[in-house]
Amino acid sequence: MRTKFTSVLLTLLIGAGAAHASEGGNAGWQRSADNEVANLASLQRGANNFMAYCSGCHSLKYARYSRVAADLKISDELRDQYLVKPGAKFTDYITSSMPEADAVEWFGKLPPDLSLVARSRSPDWIFNFLTTFYADPAARQTGVNNLQLPGTAMPHVLSSLQGVQTVVWKNVETKGSDGKPVVSHQFEKFEPAVVGSLTPAQYDEFVRDTVNFLQYASDPTQVERQSIGIWVVLFLLMFTGIAYMLKKEYWKDVT
Amino acid sequence: MSAVIEKKGGFRAWLNKRLPVDQFMEDQLTGYYAPKNFNIWYFFGSLALLVFVMQIVTGIFITMHFKPGWATAFDSLQYFVREVPYGWLIHPMHAVGASFFFVVVYLHMARALMYGSYKAPRELLWVIGMLIYLALMAEAFMGYVLPNGNMSYWGAQVIINLFGVIPGIGEGLTEWIRGDYGIGDATLTRFFSLHVIAVPFLLALLIALHLVALRQVGSNNPDGIEIKENLGSNGKPVDGIPFHPYYSLKDIVGVGLFLTLFAIVVFFVPTFGGLFLEAPNFEPANPTSTPDHIAPVWYFTPYYAILRAVPDQKLGALLMGLSVAAFLFLPWLDKAKNKSYRYRGILSKLLLGTFFVTFCVLMWLGLKPADGIYVLLARIFTVLYFAFFILLPFVSKADGNGPVPNRVTYNAH
Amino acid sequence: MSDHAAGHTVGDTAPEVDESRRKFLIAATAGTGAVGAVLTAVPFVASWKPSESARAAGLPTEVDLSRIEPGQMATFFWRKKQVYVVKRTPEMLASLNSHDGELKDAKSENSEQPEYAKNDARALKPEVLVLIGTCTHLGCLPKTRFTPGDTTISADWPGGFFCPCHGSKFDLAGRVFAGSPASVNLVVPPYSFEGDNKLIIGVDSAAKGAA
Repeated sequence: MRTKFTSVLLTLLIGAGAAHASEGGNAGWQRSADNEVANLASLQRGANNFMAYCSGCHSLKYARYSRVAADLKISDELRDQYLVKPGAKFTDYITSSMPEADAVEWFGKLPPDLSLVARSRSPDWIFNFLTTFYADPAARQTGVNNLQLPGTAMPHVLSSLQGVQTVVWKNVETKGSDGKPVVSHQFEKFEPAVVGSLTPAQYDEFVRDTVNFLQYASDPTQVERQSIGIWVVLFLLMFTGIAYMLKKEYWKDVT
Repeated sequence: MSAVIEKKGGFRAWLNKRLPVDQFMEDQLTGYYAPKNFNIWYFFGSLALLVFVMQIVTGIFITMHFKPGWATAFDSLQYFVREVPYGWLIHPMHAVGASFFFVVVYLHMARALMYGSYKAPRELLWVIGMLIYLALMAEAFMGYVLPNGNMSYWGAQVIINLFGVIPGIGEGLTEWIRGDYGIGDATLTRFFSLHVIAVPFLLALLIALHLVALRQVGSNNPDGIEIKENLGSNGKPVDGIPFHPYYSLKDIVGVGLFLTLFAIVVFFVPTFGGLFLEAPNFEPANPTSTPDHIAPVWYFTPYYAILRAVPDQKLGALLMGLSVAAFLFLPWLDKAKNKSYRYRGILSKLLLGTFFVTFCVLMWLGLKPADGIYVLLARIFTVLYFAFFILLPFVSKADGNGPVPNRVTYNAH
Repeated sequence: MSDHAAGHTVGDTAPEVDESRRKFLIAATAGTGAVGAVLTAVPFVASWKPSESARAAGLPTEVDLSRIEPGQMATFFWRKKQVYVVKRTPEMLASLNSHDGELKDAKSENSEQPEYAKNDARALKPEVLVLIGTCTHLGCLPKTRFTPGDTTISADWPGGFFCPCHGSKFDLAGRVFAGSPASVNLVVPPYSFEGDNKLIIGVDSAAKGAA
């Protein structure tokens, strides 16, 4: 009775969490990031990508270079050479290189800090954001728009790598709530317009590493936490088992 | 008893002359007889006490680093989680602990409903329990606001504005609560003070009263039979067993199971898919941007669903208040002769079962956006929610009087 | 616990009680529980250790020695402590040899300093004295009394430091004079040099040499 109850409760708990997390439909361009946050090589490449392409505008203001290097097993020499920005100390927080006033003038707003973006959005969200820029003449400032974040103020910084793609739209007829047909404009497929320096598969890999790094940065202890967690749970199960035997022994008295 | 103390001699005797340790054990643990037929539902009282202690301990350690205030709250919490040794463990324990507190308390309350534990002579025990529940809601709400994430901000905005619907004094009242024209430093620092000092004190006091009242009337049990009415030759209830060692040891097993579940969540799914820690709260408060979909944490959503189901602001707030307050009147709404639903008719069982389902559905609806089919469902289930309290007097009077056995149901194993 | 178990047996037949099994299980549960409690305490106790920001702020401090005149002292902060850096003149160094008999710990046997500063000058380079400016008595800041024969102290004063709180006296190597309430010499922190004029407080020259 008790074990059954526990397993049902556990299934419900985990199930409820998972079900709550996996809401939202698929519009054809949405993909899973499939990043592995325990993959050190990927995280190191991601850190390099972030410093090269993102850190000009975006800060990672709760992360220190030293902590990132230590967590990602980057040596002190490589850390000082590739990670730490000129003029910064290796223990500094990772701030953006751009003066705030310039940022507001250029983009209309401050580029957000990315320390927690993988938690406030999700790794998949960032992956889709970075892969679904498309040429849109209506966007006068940047010339590009985005499927994940329509109207984004961010230019397609990675266009030299990905190239530029356009979207082929299709008209889809659905039944509205009043029963009348409604025609909507929906994504059909991407078409390459300008070829970038990376193949589509290489570009996905580039974005995956970067997303992976951002997921690490949003919760730097997550891998360690899980590896400690296994021992904690095993210990508690052992304790519960012993306590249960003790309880059973005493409850023999009760008839 | 005194013979036992004298025989032991030494330090124990010395101590007992000055502090009634053995006397206390005798009165409260070994000499306190509880019904022997407790089932799994009787774990949740002691577990609630455990979570309370855990929240106090983790809270004390978070307070050592957390800096309340508009500009400092969010950053200092990130600092605690990332830079203080083991902050990454202590903070999720506190945040997940809040949700587990409500899991345990809701199961504890469901137990009381199923076995009629609120009925005479335990009306006051129930009322004190409900006051604990109310204080806990205030505590959880303020704790949720403190980190000043975007969901904290907008949640506080909505809840505080609820007080604005009170005719005449509403607007002044919301300003008084915030200490500002909008949520700001003054709001966060006073919430901090209440969250870490005032409400925990109140909770501790109420919990102590709850326990004193419990010792006075004794525990109910799944059969709803008063074991004190059937005493053995030794003057103790024939269906009772000493709390210690039997229930103390049993509760340790419950604690072990509970901590295992708790650890699984803390170490592997601390955000619980956004139910325990919501994604928008990983962004600092932003008064210029409401999250796309705002809902309170899951433990408030049944009432929130009722609030939204009503198309009138004042009536919605009133019904929400009533939906919480209705629990207070249960001891007097239930007219059955028997306590436990085991010995009530099928109508009673249906009524209570429907209420449990209703509560869960409203909880789910409160997490959903307020449009389309969800609004209709919320209205239907709001009606069902109140139907329980309205129908209870009639149904319980009609079929809550079946035959009850003399002895509790217990199968030794 | 066991003396209640048999006494409160509930039921029609008294079952046999295996006392040794009960004792063993009580010990096992209590033992595991105690281990669990200690392990649970670890993160809470450890959370009091300096955080990453405290450790980042406690990094080595660099000092430009060319900006200190011979015979002068400058103070710096390292790990929330005042560090005294004195450029000692040959006269100051000579003064160190005159009063070994009046010192409590002339050879610095009982005092705290890196191995490379456990010498007569208590320094890696004799002309540069590096001390933690915290009186070893009760933690006040000793004041400079570099002038020999300083009238506020005594005619045979060789020059050194004087703590205003409780009157401890130290010479120009931070060695404590007999008759002072302090019992050990001023502490020398780990330090090293980079080139002629760069002093790094907090980086140990021994560790640096090994690396």
